[in-house]
Amino acid sequence: MSDSTAIRQPGAAGAPDQPQFYLRQDHHPQNGTSLGFWIYLMSDCLIFACLFAVYAVVGRNYAAGPSGADLFELELVALNTSMLLLSSITYGFCMLEAQRKRLRPAMAWLAVTGLFGAAFLGLELYEFTHLIHLGAVPQRSAFLSAFFTLVGTHGLHVAFGIVWLVTLMFQLGRHGLIPENQRRLTCLSMFWHFLDLIWIAVFTFVYLMGVLP
Amino acid sequence: MSAHPDHGHHGHDHGHDDGGHGAVTLRGYLTGFVLAAVLTVIPFWLVMDNVLGNSGLTALVILSLGAVQMVVHMVYFLHMSPSAEGGWSLLALIFTLIVVVIALAGSLWVMYHLNTNMMPDMIHDMKNML
Repeated sequence: MSDSTAIRQPGAAGAPDQPQFYLRQDHHPQNGTSLGFWIYLMSDCLIFACLFAVYAVVGRNYAAGPSGADLFELELVALNTSMLLLSSITYGFCMLEAQRKRLRPAMAWLAVTGLFGAAFLGLELYEFTHLIHLGAVPQRSAFLSAFFTLVGTHGLHVAFGIVWLVTLMFQLGRHGLIPENQRRLTCLSMFWHFLDLIWIAVFTFVYLMGVLP
Repeated sequence: MSAHPDHGHHGHDHGHDDGGHGAVTLRGYLTGFVLAAVLTVIPFWLVMDNVLGNSGLTALVILSLGAVQMVVHMVYFLHMSPSAEGGWSLLALIFTLIVVVIALAGSLWVMYHLNTNMMPDMIHDMKNML
């Protein structure tokens, strides 16, 4: 819709309005960025869908090895889940402060979000090392291969999210809440909330259903 | 998402990336957070305390709660709405969901049949053929 106005306007206005045409075009990619990023997230969703499909198919093939009920500690998973959920709401607070053009509080909330994300990642790495220590390594069974691939891919996403978050902190510190940084904040917010959304599927489908008898 | 303060007129929020509503609100985030927290606690409680006593029923309930929580995240955190991006976001989402359902259901269906048809019965049949 805004496409046609952006194109029609310079045509109707003619040459003198050229600068305005440039302005409209400058706007336009911002809309495009959001939609484009959304479509990236959807493609990421397909990656996770494939990994979930693999887990759904081979998730109970234990090869006489340990099962989910033997391995998963739900207390740890609950703690991990709350970390990610809290990081979602603190990112929301960051977006609210950014909306009010308050740089320092926005950066503070962003830092808190990063810390929650790091805590999540730390707990997950602790869980992985614990599992590996128990001999529940990825090559032990199809179940463990699928488990490490699925949960590891999610963890890798969170790790890259944190890298992005730290980068954005520097960009904010340097340039403030300019439109470009607002746009980046928006994209990272979509990315971050999307990861929380994927985690819902992980803790429900992998952990909770994994320990059901 | 309100990255376009230079639009000037506040009445026209539809151009914003945000899903037709323009500004994000504290109320929206808090509502989403409370709903998400409740929808997280219930499935953990159901499984950890084995409240329902029946695995199949519990699985069904926690999967449904997970689906509801995903919708909550979509609406309150990702600010999805039918009008976001002139409907293109929703269109992309629906397309993705269709592909996801085909991939998941198809994998399970095919692999289930592969297992049931290839397992001991089949070997038994093969022996009969010799």
